[in-house]
Amino acid sequence: MNLKISALEFVDEVKNGNISAEDFVSATIDRIKDVDEKLHAFLQVNSKAVEQAREVDKKIKSGEKVGGCFGMPISIKDNICIKHSKTTCASKMLENFVAPYDATVISKLKQQDAIFVGKANLDEFAMGLTTEFSAYGPSRNPWNTDYVPGGSSGGSAVSVSAFECIASLGSDTGGSVRNPASFCSTVGYKPTYGLISRYGLISYANSIEQIGPITRTVKDTAFLLNILAGLDPNDNTTIDNGKKDYLSGIDSGIEGKKIGIIQEMMGDGIDSSVLSATNDAISKLEGLGAVCEETSIDMVKYSVASYYTIAATEAGSNLARYDNLRYGYDFPVEGFEFNSYISKARTKFGPEVIRRMILGGFVPSSGHAGKYFLKALKVKSKLTKEVTEAFKKYDYLVAPTVPILPFKIGEKIDDPIALFLVDINTVMSNLTGIPSISVPYAISNGLPIGMQLLSKQNEDKSLLKAAHALETTVKLPEVPI
Amino acid sequence: MTKIGLEIHCQLTKLESKLFCSCKANYRENEPNTNVCPICMGLPGTLPRLNQKAIEKATLIAMALNCSTPEKIAFFRKNYFYPDLPKNFQITQLNIYGDTSVGGTGSIMVGDKKIRITRIQLEEDPGRLIYEGSSSKNQITLVDYNRAGTPLVEIVTEPDFENPKEVREFLNILSDLLENLDVSDPSLDGAMRADANVSIEGGNKVEIKNINSFHDLEKAVHFEITRQQSLFAREISIAQETRHWDDKRKITISSRSKEEDLDYRYFLEGDIPWIKIGKDIQEKLKLEMPESISSKKERYVTKYGISNQVADVLSSDKFYSNLFDKSHTDKNAKEIANIITTDLMGLVDTTAKRENSKLQPSYLSDLADAIQSGKLTRTSAKNALYEIVKTGKELSQIISELDLGNVSDQDELLKIVKQVISEEPQAVEQARSNPQTINFLVGKVMQKTKGKADPQLTLDLLKQNIE
Repeated sequence: MNLKISALEFVDEVKNGNISAEDFVSATIDRIKDVDEKLHAFLQVNSKAVEQAREVDKKIKSGEKVGGCFGMPISIKDNICIKHSKTTCASKMLENFVAPYDATVISKLKQQDAIFVGKANLDEFAMGLTTEFSAYGPSRNPWNTDYVPGGSSGGSAVSVSAFECIASLGSDTGGSVRNPASFCSTVGYKPTYGLISRYGLISYANSIEQIGPITRTVKDTAFLLNILAGLDPNDNTTIDNGKKDYLSGIDSGIEGKKIGIIQEMMGDGIDSSVLSATNDAISKLEGLGAVCEETSIDMVKYSVASYYTIAATEAGSNLARYDNLRYGYDFPVEGFEFNSYISKARTKFGPEVIRRMILGGFVPSSGHAGKYFLKALKVKSKLTKEVTEAFKKYDYLVAPTVPILPFKIGEKIDDPIALFLVDINTVMSNLTGIPSISVPYAISNGLPIGMQLLSKQNEDKSLLKAAHALETTVKLPEVPI
Repeated sequence: MTKIGLEIHCQLTKLESKLFCSCKANYRENEPNTNVCPICMGLPGTLPRLNQKAIEKATLIAMALNCSTPEKIAFFRKNYFYPDLPKNFQITQLNIYGDTSVGGTGSIMVGDKKIRITRIQLEEDPGRLIYEGSSSKNQITLVDYNRAGTPLVEIVTEPDFENPKEVREFLNILSDLLENLDVSDPSLDGAMRADANVSIEGGNKVEIKNINSFHDLEKAVHFEITRQQSLFAREISIAQETRHWDDKRKITISSRSKEEDLDYRYFLEGDIPWIKIGKDIQEKLKLEMPESISSKKERYVTKYGISNQVADVLSSDKFYSNLFDKSHTDKNAKEIANIITTDLMGLVDTTAKRENSKLQPSYLSDLADAIQSGKLTRTSAKNALYEIVKTGKELSQIISELDLGNVSDQDELLKIVKQVISEEPQAVEQARSNPQTINFLVGKVMQKTKGKADPQLTLDLLKQNIE
């Protein structure tokens, strides 16, 4: 069984009767058994996946209406709720939390007969960019297992990259889909804020994060977006996308489009191989008929500081509910005063979560808010203005997804500031709500480099078109696992 | 000068569902923790789903209290830990970053005095804590989340009250107003709660929390003023603090908690986008706005000549004024107003009795007509009303069943009058010397006719026959 096919190819193969969903899912589960001990992409594997695929096959055979995924095996980041299954956020705080409901994205995928092969590893509560902060141990980069796969949706990117599933859903708060996609050589997409419902995504920084697909191809992302996008009454921040078809016309090219090259994202500290890959990508884009020129977005230099201030503030509030009173892990309340119980219960949080929650308690507090939180909001609104200005001039912006190559596990874990700076090229999209996508672009010394394209809000369809155009210029080696 | 300011919490009990989910807003009849869902329990991954009706109801209150209403409103998070708060933050409103709560400054007249409203905000009610166990040592705290997420409107006043009486008058007007707007039933347990700020001349401001009814609010304010005055008289300084109302002992107690020091880290609730309250919505609400109590009263007095006092009582109660408006004709309006205020109010004095009442507005009109035409005496009418409320039968049926028809047949009545005169020689003698005491004899006739005798005719016959 060839597992190395795209989502669209899978649908064709099953539709045409060349393969059965059961055989494919069964082979996928075998693959997980083979490689996941090494990679640790999964926190949980769905023991009923093969059985569920068999049901889809039955539907196909009996001529019943079958959903558009035809039993496609998909992995789900473990901060997205699937009814009756554990959703841990890779935290000890939620090690026994069984969600009593489906996230909207899960309901939509179920309707389309997708099969969830398992819950993917992440940095605890999606806070991190290496997956090293998972309370259940790090995931490993399939391109070189000594290296981090990026994060926080590390498990998702690894599972797609290592053929442990066809596609995955991650979440992107400051780059958490695009960063691991770049490090693992997959497509990773953060949609316009509000395009995909967050209902059922466990909040970290709710005003800036989105669920996003991680796939093998840009077309696969468009395929999933057709299923996932649109208004949801359960998420008041969702927007009406007019039921766009993101696949139609995706290969119409970028002839005559104007692209700005963000100078602030290619400055100090950029790896030379990333820089040359970016310059190469720019010439490829020009080869496709686009006009590229350098541009400046001044506020980028404050964006990481602003991002961490806002994200920590919201995290401090969003994670306050984990007091272990209503759900969580086994720890009886008897004999405790309320506040001391919570203090004690919350010691189960890992170091990065604690770091951000302490930060989140401080930066918006009275007496300090003016210096930190309110200033961060100011940067956010100035940045948004600058980005809006830029898109008056350009159809797209381009920059490497991450300015450096994947690094070794353990290499930066004790240096939070160095880690924070890895986010410099991705947080802008979250702070301004614009869509952006990371496309696998190059391999340097066996390590992947992703290229990021950005467009203005609600231009997701156009963005996928450009990403697809860039993707067609690249031929990359196969993952060595 | 004594200064009192109020923060009134009013549940929007007339709404179907909670503020952010589809659980019932009426949580009162459920077993603990059954009127809950993943959203109001704040389960991981859930998001608030705003009940638009709540925005409209809250805006209606703001408009009725003459408050400014902003173009766009926003929600904020108030972050603190408490066992009754499932998310450990409350979604509420705030005006410190511009006027974004449902109501800005406004005012309402209480008698001749203007009480200024500081703001009106919409927020979610927390759950309820129930303490069990007698001593603090073995006390356990139970949490019922049925109430969590119930839509709550907070009305904040300026410190414009000078004494408990003004507070009481304001509360009466306010609860009538809320009932009239059909947003809340103030009689429901816990539907109206309040905090108060009290300071006397030369003292600090003291906040009293945890007052669970309007009735106790007046008491708490009274207690607090007395306490502060007594401290002041003994030259003990009045500490600026938060005190809790102990509704068992009816006193305020200094709260040892550091509530004053809490930093709520307010910030914008990102899960609820800004909501436009456009001109069109405001116009629509204006059209829906029921007639105000004061204009109702004026209509009753000027149009029908109903006395000020009766009009006051009638207009301030939505149930009775609705009944009045639906039943009266120009001719019998005054009679109906009298029936409602003198007889009906005694018959249906509780919500349950009102709900069980079988009285139709048309029956009330029939009854008033029967009195005005002399077909029924007031006493018989009262008896008939009792039956109508109980059985819902038509007036004509009740009159024949209970034999309530007026005894206005002169011959028949004369017989009874003569009988009474012969039975009561002493009273007759008295009535001759003091005409006012003739009422005793009228009463006797009424007794014998079970109240059916025409009072005027009886009086005339008595007068003729004792002279």
